[in-house]
Amino acid sequence: MGFWEFTADTYPEVLGATAEHVVLVLQGLAAALIVAVPVAALTYRSRLPRGAALGIAGIVLTIPSYALFGLLIAPLGLGTAPAVVALTLYALLPIMRNTVVGLRSVDPAVVEAGRGMGLSRGQILRTIELPLAWPVIITGLRVATQILLGIAAIAAAVNGPGLGNLILEGLSSAGTPFAVYLTLQGTLGIVVLAVLFDLCFAVLARFTTSRGIRA
Amino acid sequence: MPESPPRPMIRLTGLTKHYPGQAEPAVDHLDLEVPEGEIVVFVGPSGCGKTTTMKLVNRLIEPTSGRIEIDGRDVTGVDPDRLRRGIGYAIQQTGLFPHRTVADNIATVPRLLGWGRERIAARVDELLAKVGLDPQTYRDRHPGRLSGGQQQRVGVARALAADPPVLLMDEPFGAIDPLTREALQEEFLRLQRDIRKTIVFVTHDIDEAVKMGDRIAIFGECGRVLQYDTPARILGEPAEGFVADFIGNGTNVRRLSLTRLCEVEVSDDRPVVVRGSGDGGCPTAPGSFALLVDRDRRPLGWAEPGQDRPLPLISHLGPEHTLHDALDAMLANNSDTVVVTDQDGRYRGTVEMATIQTHLHRVGGPGNEGGPVRGGERADRSIGTS
Repeated sequence: MGFWEFTADTYPEVLGATAEHVVLVLQGLAAALIVAVPVAALTYRSRLPRGAALGIAGIVLTIPSYALFGLLIAPLGLGTAPAVVALTLYALLPIMRNTVVGLRSVDPAVVEAGRGMGLSRGQILRTIELPLAWPVIITGLRVATQILLGIAAIAAAVNGPGLGNLILEGLSSAGTPFAVYLTLQGTLGIVVLAVLFDLCFAVLARFTTSRGIRA
Repeated sequence: MPESPPRPMIRLTGLTKHYPGQAEPAVDHLDLEVPEGEIVVFVGPSGCGKTTTMKLVNRLIEPTSGRIEIDGRDVTGVDPDRLRRGIGYAIQQTGLFPHRTVADNIATVPRLLGWGRERIAARVDELLAKVGLDPQTYRDRHPGRLSGGQQQRVGVARALAADPPVLLMDEPFGAIDPLTREALQEEFLRLQRDIRKTIVFVTHDIDEAVKMGDRIAIFGECGRVLQYDTPARILGEPAEGFVADFIGNGTNVRRLSLTRLCEVEVSDDRPVVVRGSGDGGCPTAPGSFALLVDRDRRPLGWAEPGQDRPLPLISHLGPEHTLHDALDAMLANNSDTVVVTDQDGRYRGTVEMATIQTHLHRVGGPGNEGGPVRGGERADRSIGTS
C-alpha cells in the first residue's frame, strides 16, 4: 500500500488532526497578541522597560520546546492547556518586537501634530500609532505563525491536539509498514498549513492596511 | 506709535521653562503679549527658545513657572488636551496623518469636538477651497500623493478646521522650495486678512519674519526676547549688538518690502495717450516718451514721437507690490521708472528711482520715528481684500 492510498484510507483522521492544529496555533497567536501588543505599547518609549520586555521574550524563545512543554505539565497538567501556553510564550517575541519596531518607526512629527491638536495619549496610540505600525505588526504575526506551526507538533508529547500526534504515532511505531507514512502525513500537513497561513496573512495585510501607507 | 495695540489675545507672564539637569533655563521669565488678530513672529537662531516658547503656549511643553492667559483666561491649569483643541497647530514637517485622507486629516479636531458629519464635510470643502486646493480633486487623496506645498496647505487647513481664535505655526513654510514658499506666504497673508487670527509664527529666517509679521520678537539665548516691535522699527532701529548682527546687512533694502505701492505717492506728470484718440496727446519734444493706454486706461506701451509702433511695456506693478518689487523691476529693466496700476489694472502713475530714495530717507532712517511706515502699511493690509 502506497502513501496516497494510505492517506485516502485515513484522511478523516488527518483532516481532524489538521483542524486541531489550526485551532491550537490560532489560540496561541491570539493569546500572544493580547499580551504582546499592550506590553509593547506600554514599554516602547523608554529604553529600560523596552529592553526588559524584549529580553524576557527573547529568553523564552531560546528554551528548547520539548523542555518547555514538559515543564508546563507540572502546573497545567496534560492536554491542550500546556500546549496553548507554550505556544503563546513562543509567539511573544516576534509579535512584541515587531510592535515595538512599528511603533518606534512612526514619524515623531505625526505624533506631535496629534498632540498639538488635542488628541489624548490613548487616542494617539489607537488612531495614529497602531494603524501606522500595523503593517509591521502583521509581519510579526506572520513570523510567529510560521514558528508556532512547527512547534505545535510537540504538543502531542503532552497529550495535546494536532498534527504532532500523527508524527508521534509514526515515530513510536518505527519499523512497522505505516510508520513513515504517518510521520509524512503530519509533516506535509504542517507544510501545507504554513503556505496557506502565509497566503491568508498576505491577503489580510492588504485589506487591513490604509491605502495611504501601502507600499 | 500711531495706534494703540488691540487687546492682547495671548499674555505670557513670568513664563519659565527649566529642564531638570540643565544649568540655564530654556525660557527665562518671559513676559510677552500677542495682540488679537496679529501675526507675531518669533525669530532667532536655533536653540534660542523660540519653539519652546511657542510650545509653552499650548502646553505641549509644561512651564516650570509663570502664567499663560489666552483670551483673558488663565489656561495654565486647564486640561491640556482640551486647551489644544481650541488652538490651531501647524508644523514644518506638516505631521499629516499618512494613513488618513486629506478630508479625514482636516476633520481631526472637529471630530474631537463632536461636530456632525455634514457640518464637517462642508467645513472640509470650505477650507480646501480657502487654501487653494480643489475639494473635488484632493478631498479623498492621501497625503503621500501630494507635493510638499500641497501638504503644507492641508496642514494649514487642518489647523484652521475648528476655527480657533489662536494659531501656532512652527516654521510652516520652512521645508519648501523658495518659489513655492513665497507663493504660500502671500496666500497665507491674503487668507489672514480674511480670518484675522491671532498667530504665533516661529521662523529662523529674518526675511520671512519681516514679511509675515505684524510684530517681531527677536529671541536671544535662554528664551530672552531682545527686541519686540514692528518690522519697520526693528529694521530702522535695531537694538544694539545681537539684534543688529542677527538682522545683518541690507536693512535698507529689506525695509523697502514693508511699503506697498498703494500707499506711495506716484507721479503722474508723464504724458498719457489713449489709443485710438488720434495723435493729439503725443509729446512733442523729441526723445520723450508718453504712456500709451487703452480706453480703460490700462497701460499698453510707450509711445515715442515719430514712431508708429509703441515700445513694449516690460512690466507694470499693482497696488499689492512693494517698493522692493519696484526697485527690482527698475534694475531688471535698466530703467529708472516703473509704471504703477490700481487694483483694476488702470494706470495710476509712475514710481521713479528718486521716489524710493526719498521714501527711505523720509521714514525710518536712523534717529527717525519709524511709525508712519508701519501705520501706512497696517492700513493697507485691509485694502484689497477680495
